[in-house]
Amino acid sequence: MTALLEVSGVSVTFDGFRAINNLSFSIGPAEMRAVIGPNGAGKTTFMDIVTGKTRPDTGSVTWGERSVSLLKMTEAQIARAGVGRKFQRPTVFEDQSVADNLILALQSKRGPLAALRFALSGAGRDRVAELAAEVGLTDHLARKAGELSHGQKQWLEIAMLLAQEPKLLLVDEPAAGMTLAERERTTAMLVEMARTRAVVVVEHDMDFVRRLNCKVTVLHEGRVLAEGTLDHVTKDPTVVDVYLGRG
Amino acid sequence: MTAPLAPRPFLARNPSVGWFLGILAALCLIVVILSPALGLDMVSTSFIKTLGKTLCLCLAALAMDVVWGYTGILSLGHMAFFALGGYMIGQWLMYARTEEIVLLSLAGGPIPPTATEVAQGVATQIFGVVGSSDIPAIWSFAHSLPLQLALVVLVPGIIALVFGWLAFRSRVTGVYLSILTQAMTLALSLYLFQNDSGLRGNNGLSGLQNLPGLAATSQDAVSLWFFLASAAALGLTYVLLAWATSGKFGSVLRAIRDDEARVRFLGYPVEGFKLFVFTATAILCGIAGALYYPQAGIINPAELAPIASIYLAVWVAIGGRGRLYGAVIGAAFVSLVSSWFTGGRVPAINLGFYTIDWVDWWLVLLGLSFVLVTLFAPKGIGGLFDLWQGLRAPDRKGAPLGPDQGALQEKEALE
Repeated sequence: MTALLEVSGVSVTFDGFRAINNLSFSIGPAEMRAVIGPNGAGKTTFMDIVTGKTRPDTGSVTWGERSVSLLKMTEAQIARAGVGRKFQRPTVFEDQSVADNLILALQSKRGPLAALRFALSGAGRDRVAELAAEVGLTDHLARKAGELSHGQKQWLEIAMLLAQEPKLLLVDEPAAGMTLAERERTTAMLVEMARTRAVVVVEHDMDFVRRLNCKVTVLHEGRVLAEGTLDHVTKDPTVVDVYLGRG
Repeated sequence: MTAPLAPRPFLARNPSVGWFLGILAALCLIVVILSPALGLDMVSTSFIKTLGKTLCLCLAALAMDVVWGYTGILSLGHMAFFALGGYMIGQWLMYARTEEIVLLSLAGGPIPPTATEVAQGVATQIFGVVGSSDIPAIWSFAHSLPLQLALVVLVPGIIALVFGWLAFRSRVTGVYLSILTQAMTLALSLYLFQNDSGLRGNNGLSGLQNLPGLAATSQDAVSLWFFLASAAALGLTYVLLAWATSGKFGSVLRAIRDDEARVRFLGYPVEGFKLFVFTATAILCGIAGALYYPQAGIINPAELAPIASIYLAVWVAIGGRGRLYGAVIGAAFVSLVSSWFTGGRVPAINLGFYTIDWVDWWLVLLGLSFVLVTLFAPKGIGGLFDLWQGLRAPDRKGAPLGPDQGALQEKEALE
């Protein structure tokens, strides 16, 4: 299986602090992966590198069948190539309606002139309605996103990610601030998404990771400590030592 | 089909457009009826010029609102583009008019004047004041109205494009960008102050109210034409900007204003959008300036002073940024009140120990009201319309505003 995303030998230093140290990681086109690790392990920096927010000092990040390097692309180009990112804190455009938020995320040409000429097509309208229904926001389409509850904002952001139709989805702590029922729904949705695309979930919550039932990568001090099933990595003495043992 | 997604007609999406065009048309009608040129001669020509100039300032404020209120780029240099537009049209006005005068004075000679003689005469007339008798290279197109009109668009556009490209590419944002734009307008102003800049240094360009070829036409008529042209430009721009900002383009701009990084992760070229808006609004300011300065009659480098662009921001803030009619109201209200206060017609207040002379104290009043608006009414004058609409028709669309089942639970909030 050819990898969708291949990160190899990447290192980043912030003011002398080695946030990522010779990290290598790869994920296939339809795979779910959980990334866990203690605070400061480099989980967020890893996401920043893949999405183009942070440039690594050394190493390479290649993407897709033709192995394009992501390092020379801007954040927007990487997003257009098919990398979607969900932040920990729900980030929706609070001053705009739920419908506008979804239309913004919907697949379309992204340039200024294309945006000026843009008119929501019938298919686009159906897609927005469908996405809103999927996350239970149909009745809220006309409301400003800022008026939604915390959980609803999370759902809106997930719907926006779906609208973007990414090939790779990076999800930062999806379960944070969610109720138990919402967590279950989120899990089901992530598993469903991973059927057709690659999903990387960064999570603290071991319970949540167990429910995802997927391969786990443990990060520690900016490098991969262990990789395998959750049971496998939790039995690894080094993992127990640096991560679980501390709790 | 869900109702919020159904396409709505342009006027339904932009209720302010109908109102705006109606009020503007009514204003035009009243001015024409009362004007000395076509009507009852009940308002003075200078007042019509003031109104026409105010409409041009409103046009610049619209541009400022799009770049600041919608996109969140606090440009404090847009009046430089306004003045550059004025300089570009001023070059043609001054050149063509001077040429006329020179031709007239040489007509009495025994043989017809040669082209060199005419050029010499024009150069002495225009540049004698800065001690030069050659026509500088930047006046190469001044003989042609179409070329100078093209420059009205091109000069502000290209300067904005280059400046914006350099600034946005380096991700300069916020107050740093504001300072850079101030530096830009100051630098341009200082450059134009030099005599060898070729635009007559601190004398600037004058006599712009006299249209070449129309020496016989009275200023009564000319002022009315310019007033109507300014109104047409303002109306057209309003419709254009309402169209642009109410669709997806406007949605992207507001998203950039609120969370630039998130817009990037949606795949939008944020820098491209900013550059587009910065340049397009600079061009709008250039056009506004090209309509303003023939009514003002004179332009000099002081028009590019950093304070001018700050005024523009103040107007938009007082009127209410993020809504097009707010910008127009702010610019019209503040500049008309300003010309009233500084016109010396407001009675001074005698406090016994000190006399408040409004010509001096107007700026203090303006500064104070700016601070008060920023602190207590961030929506500006435009916010009054919300209040009015809110009282008349609470638009809740039937949805509850309170927290519902999915809201953060009390337990979680305490953590």
